[in-house]
Amino acid sequence: MKVLLAMSGGVDSSAAAVILARQGHDVVGVTMRLWGGESDTGCCSVSDVDDARRVAQQIGIDHLVFNFSEDFDEHVVAPYVDAHVHGITPNPCIECNRHLKFDRLIRRGRELGFDAVATGHHARIVEHDGVRRVARGADEAKDQSYVVHMLSGADLDYVLFPVGDMQKSQVRELASETHLRTATKPDSQDVCFIGTTIGRGGFLGTRMEFHDAPVVDTSGASVGRVDAVELVTLGQRRGLGLGGGDKRYVVDVNVDERRVVVGSEADLLSPETVIDTLVWPHESDVASLDGTTVLVQGSAHGARAAARIDVNGDLATLTWERPQRRISPGQTVVFYDAGDTVVFGGGIVTTAR
Amino acid sequence: MPGSAAESWVYLDHAASTNMHPAAVEAMSHYLSTGHANPSGSHRMSRDSRKVIDEARDIVASIIGCKPGEVIFTSGGTEGANAAILGAVRRHGGRAVCSAAEHHAVLHCVEHVGGIVVPVTVGGTIDIDALGEALRAKTDVTVVSVMAVNNEVGSITDMETVSRTMRAAAPNAILHTDAVQAACWLDLSAIWPLVDVLTLSAHKFGGPKGAGIMVQREGVVLEPLILGGGQERDRRSGTHNTAGIVGTAVALAVNNNDRPDTVGRLAHLRTRLVDGITSGVPCATETLRDSVAGVAHLCFEGLESESLLFLLDEQGVCVSAASACASGAMEPSHVLAAMGVPRSLMMGSLRFSLGHDTTAAEIERAIEVTVAAARRLMESAR
Repeated sequence: MKVLLAMSGGVDSSAAAVILARQGHDVVGVTMRLWGGESDTGCCSVSDVDDARRVAQQIGIDHLVFNFSEDFDEHVVAPYVDAHVHGITPNPCIECNRHLKFDRLIRRGRELGFDAVATGHHARIVEHDGVRRVARGADEAKDQSYVVHMLSGADLDYVLFPVGDMQKSQVRELASETHLRTATKPDSQDVCFIGTTIGRGGFLGTRMEFHDAPVVDTSGASVGRVDAVELVTLGQRRGLGLGGGDKRYVVDVNVDERRVVVGSEADLLSPETVIDTLVWPHESDVASLDGTTVLVQGSAHGARAAARIDVNGDLATLTWERPQRRISPGQTVVFYDAGDTVVFGGGIVTTAR
Repeated sequence: MPGSAAESWVYLDHAASTNMHPAAVEAMSHYLSTGHANPSGSHRMSRDSRKVIDEARDIVASIIGCKPGEVIFTSGGTEGANAAILGAVRRHGGRAVCSAAEHHAVLHCVEHVGGIVVPVTVGGTIDIDALGEALRAKTDVTVVSVMAVNNEVGSITDMETVSRTMRAAAPNAILHTDAVQAACWLDLSAIWPLVDVLTLSAHKFGGPKGAGIMVQREGVVLEPLILGGGQERDRRSGTHNTAGIVGTAVALAVNNNDRPDTVGRLAHLRTRLVDGITSGVPCATETLRDSVAGVAHLCFEGLESESLLFLLDEQGVCVSAASACASGAMEPSHVLAAMGVPRSLMMGSLRFSLGHDTTAAEIERAIEVTVAAARRLMESAR
């Protein structure tokens, strides 16, 4: 097969290149240039491209760079800033997968005659009840099925995750025995376009206006103050100027009225969560899942909780078996089967109040 | 896809770097193996090395029509541009001016010193009226840099008009021309009398990489960019690159000798290439008709350069699109943007650049592959 492999310059995609080449595929590695600005972290720096290119040379496959920086800006960075303006906490890595890796790159791959597009994600694609679905990667601690949940039925026939069956330690071993320079490279942790030295506040501060706001308790009494209401997240405990006392959590952030409400852990609990931007790998999933109980994951590597899902057009309501801490608007939730293995779909916590 | 044999590839990226003239390779090989003595030394082996450098300098001077003492051997075009612009501003203060379509080696220097960037016309050459206005508006301009031939679209600047305009509006400023892309196609001795500093890169005219020429008119003073032993009469330091200098001079001589024939032959091939592609691909247009003989710049409306490049590369046809950044990613062209080329055309641009050994068969193969690739992408875009 002719396979287009997204190579970030990290160890996972490096190992994926080795695996695909050993399987006899005609592999072309591509590094996507996504972020045009300055950053000292993540997958967009020139040194990461150098790493990807050198790994490709060592393995004996071609390596290209595609400049998708305009698409990245339009679909990831601009919405990220815009969301914060409205007090929403987005997940840019998921939007990057949705719009760049599993849309732009897939379209490019098809256009150029590739039989498949591969990435180094720790996820698997499995047959489940007669259809293909994303499933958790073999390494539970590194599982990335949450961030690749949006693959459509057609994409599931086109995408490969060569390291999805492996433990991370095996991935590093493979890179090490192949003498790849990425074998001991640390995993990327942060949002790739935000440098660790400037941080989220520093990045957003040059792109939007922050507003200070009072922090009040559930009775409305003022208990503190924040410099930037736009940077406060639901469930947050620190940086609220509260001093000591009982544990208090942010239970509401209202950017329009410039107010942060804190309360007890119990105040943070909610019986249901409404989501939009629904994705279903297969059209028949809506009907078959409506009214059933699924396991829901509300953050990368987060805990799972059972909920009944009721679909109503473009929205769905998750009614939790036991009340759950509220999830910030803009965050992604992903539905798994009862065995907590197979992805049934996902959505984004709605911003509607 | 052809095998690894380079001869099966169609190389139409000569403006990026062209293959060396065999005579230059031969001359260099000799000095790589025997010319190890430092030309600045005093013993006989040094004197022998020094002699070939002086001979090379004479050859270059005779081709350009300058004095041998005005020829400075550099490491290439980028060094020359930096030395001319930064050297002028560091020495004389004031302001630098260039056109918006200059190579980054010039543009980034001018921007670095807070200079003025003058717009270009739709034809890809400096807007003469805007240049005159800019020079009359600012009295402190000390250096003006205008390329003789544009590297992306092959547009030819009327250096005589540039020179006249500039001398009238800023008589004390230094006029530098980046003639890197002119060497293969134009008579440098016709350009030299119009300017004060002229810079060249050897690997663009069949010489080696890492070698170049800066011609600096007697009486024009620039602050040297590289300090040290003062080997090039204190205007540039660093041990002479004996083999590189010899290769440069030999290549320039071959290039100069063959130029009339090469230009005539390639102009014909260029026309055939453009006609072949534009007649086979409805969305393809030629960006400029009156470019140098070696550059055919085409825009494929609605298609993407990166996809075209991939499909051509897969068939062994090597061309380029705009310029690449440090990561190797293609950047949207600042030249096309400055010319006002619409975005839908700009994103699908390709530069085919021909060189002294380009054959008719290569052109036919490039047409066939490009037409097939563009049609396929048009099909999948539907």
